[in-house]
Amino acid sequence: MSLLEVRDLRVTYGSGATAVPAVRGVDLTLEPGTKLGVAGESGCGKSTLALALLRLLPASARIEGEILLDGDDVLAMSWGRLRAVRWAGASIVFQGAMHSLNAVHRIGDQIAEPLLVHGRATPAAARARVGELLEHVGLPAARAAAYPHELSGGQRQRVMIAMALACDPRLIVADEPTTALDVMIQAQILRLIERLVAEQSISLLMISHDLAVLADTCDRLAVMYAGRVVEEGPARTVYEAASHPYGRALSSAFPRIGDPASRRAPRGLPGDPPDPADLPGGCTFHPRCPVAVDACAEHDQELREAGAGRRAACVHVGSTS
Amino acid sequence: MSLLSARGLHVTFPGRRGAPPARAVDGVDLDIGAGEIVALVGESGCGKTTLARSLLGLVRPTSGAVAFDGQPLAYSSGALRAYRKRAQLVLQDPSGSLNPRHTVYDAVAEGLRIHGYAGDERAAVAGALARAGLRPPERFFLRYPHELSGGQRQRVVIAGALVLEPELIVADEPVASLDASVRGEILALLLRLRDELGLSALVVTHDLGLAWNIADRVAVMYLGRVVETGPVESVLTNPRHPYTRALLSVLPESEGAPVILTGEPPDPSRIPSGCRFHARCQLLASGEATAVADRCRGEELPVLGGGGGRAVACHWATTS
Repeated sequence: MSLLEVRDLRVTYGSGATAVPAVRGVDLTLEPGTKLGVAGESGCGKSTLALALLRLLPASARIEGEILLDGDDVLAMSWGRLRAVRWAGASIVFQGAMHSLNAVHRIGDQIAEPLLVHGRATPAAARARVGELLEHVGLPAARAAAYPHELSGGQRQRVMIAMALACDPRLIVADEPTTALDVMIQAQILRLIERLVAEQSISLLMISHDLAVLADTCDRLAVMYAGRVVEEGPARTVYEAASHPYGRALSSAFPRIGDPASRRAPRGLPGDPPDPADLPGGCTFHPRCPVAVDACAEHDQELREAGAGRRAACVHVGSTS
Repeated sequence: MSLLSARGLHVTFPGRRGAPPARAVDGVDLDIGAGEIVALVGESGCGKTTLARSLLGLVRPTSGAVAFDGQPLAYSSGALRAYRKRAQLVLQDPSGSLNPRHTVYDAVAEGLRIHGYAGDERAAVAGALARAGLRPPERFFLRYPHELSGGQRQRVVIAGALVLEPELIVADEPVASLDASVRGEILALLLRLRDELGLSALVVTHDLGLAWNIADRVAVMYLGRVVETGPVESVLTNPRHPYTRALLSVLPESEGAPVILTGEPPDPSRIPSGCRFHARCQLLASGEATAVADRCRGEELPVLGGGGGRAVACHWATTS
C-alpha cells in the first residue's frame, strides 16, 4: 500500500465571487521509502498542498478530496487521531526557520515539545533524546541551550529538521527547506536530509521552486502549474526531457554551466505565472505556451500517459507518439 | 581603458563593543570595461555587496581608490550626485525598493527630477519603460507597484536606473526574488541593454549559473578578497582555486562528487592568517596540498590584478 495517496485534492480560499482556487484537483502517490519532489513557481499551489497534507490550512480554506496517509484519510479523521498523526505519522519542515522557531524559547525545549506533548518521553528522557537528535543533524548537543538568534540560518534549518525527526515520523514534508540559504549551506542541508531519509527509510515529499535541486534529490518529480500537476515522472527524465512545454521551459531556465547552448543565452518564458484568482480559460498555460494551438484556449487538458511511468497534461502528448 | 577601476580597495567597519574591526573588503582590484558585464560571485558575508556599494560611492573606502572614466571618485555631495547619473544601482527585491504610494511614472521620473532634467520628462520616462520591456509604456504610467507582477516590478526598477542614461549599472542580485521562468527574461534584458546601449554592468550574485548566462568575466570573492578571476568560460569550466571548485561541485547538475565545505563562511573580523581559505580548504585537508601547506598557513597571497586576465590567489594552484 502507498504511504501517501492524494486523490483529487481541491483547496479554495474564500467563497462566492472572491473564491480563489489554489489547488484544483491534484493526485499524487508516494511509496514508502521514496522521495517525491513537487516543483512550481509562486502561486502554483505547492505550499497550500503541503499545508493541506497535515490539515494545517486556515479555517477559511475549503478542502475537498482525500489525503490517505497509510490508508487513513487525514481530512476525515478526528482531532485526537490527527494530533497523533502530526509529528509521528508525518512532520513538516518549513522554509525560513527564523519565523518557524519561537524566538524566546531555547531550541532544546522546542525540539522536546512534540515528545512531551505526545507523551512519548519523560522530561529527563526528552532531554537525552534532544541531545541525540542535535548530534544526528550535525550540531553539538550543548547547543540545546541556545536561542534561535544565536544560530546561523543553516543551523536553524538543522534544528527544524531535528524537530521533524523527534517522533520518528514515516513521512517528512519539506517546504522549500533550503531556500534563502547559501549554496554551500544548501548542499550541507540537502545531504543531511538525504542521509536521514536513507538511514531511517523515511519518505520525503519535498516542495521547491528549484527544479534542479529536486531532480538531484528526489526519485520522482511532479511539476505544478496554476493549482494542478501538469507533468509527473521519474525525476531525471522530467528534468532532462520534459513532455509538457511548461516543464521544458522551467528546466531550461536553470543554466547548465559548461553547456554552450545556455552561454549568453538566458531562457525564460514571456509573461508571468498566472494569478490564481484570475486563471486563463482552456489550458491555463496557453497564454505563455510556445506550442499552443487554437484548441488550447478552449479545452483544458487532463493528465495522460506520456511513456513509462510518466504523465503530462498537454494536447501534444500521446497524440502523435 | 576601463570605465571603472578600483585599486587596493579596503572597507573596514569598526567592531561593536570592543570586537575587532570587520574587514568587509580587504584589498580588491577590479576593472570594468566599457560594454562589459562582470559577475561578482560569493556567499553571504563575503563582502560582495559592500564592494559594490563602495564602487558606487555609497560607502567610502578606508583605503584604496575608485576611478570612473579615468577620474578618481570625489566624495563631496555634488560630485557624488553627478557620478550617480553615470553609474546606477539596481537593487534586489523590487517590492522593497519601490515606494508603494508612487505610481510607475513617478518612480521612474524621480531620478530625472533629482537631477533637474531639462528635456521632455514624459518622453524620457516612456523611453526608459519601453527599453526595460514594459510596452506600451503609457499603459504602465499610472499603475502602482502592487498592481504589477514581480517581473514587471523589477523592470520598473531597471527603467528607473536607465532613465538617466547611465554608462554603468550595478545590479545586486537582480533576479534572486523572481520566479525561474521570469528570471530568464530579465537576464536577457540586461544582455540586450549591453548590446543596444553599450551599457557596462557589475552583477553581484551568489548564483554561478547567472554568471554563465550573461557575464563576460567573473570574480569569485571569499572573505573580502577576490580569490579567482578571469573570463567566464575559463573560470567556470576549469576552476583552479579550491573554493571555486567547491562552489561549482555542489551545484545540482555538476558531475563528480560534491565537495561540501564544513562550517559557515568565517567572520570578517577574524580573517585567518596566511591564505584566508586555508582553514576550510579541502585540498589541504585531504593532503593533496601538503607540499605547500606551510605557505598556506603562513604566507599571505598577493592581491589579484583587476584586469581581464586569468588569475588565482592560491599557493597550490600557482605552484602545481
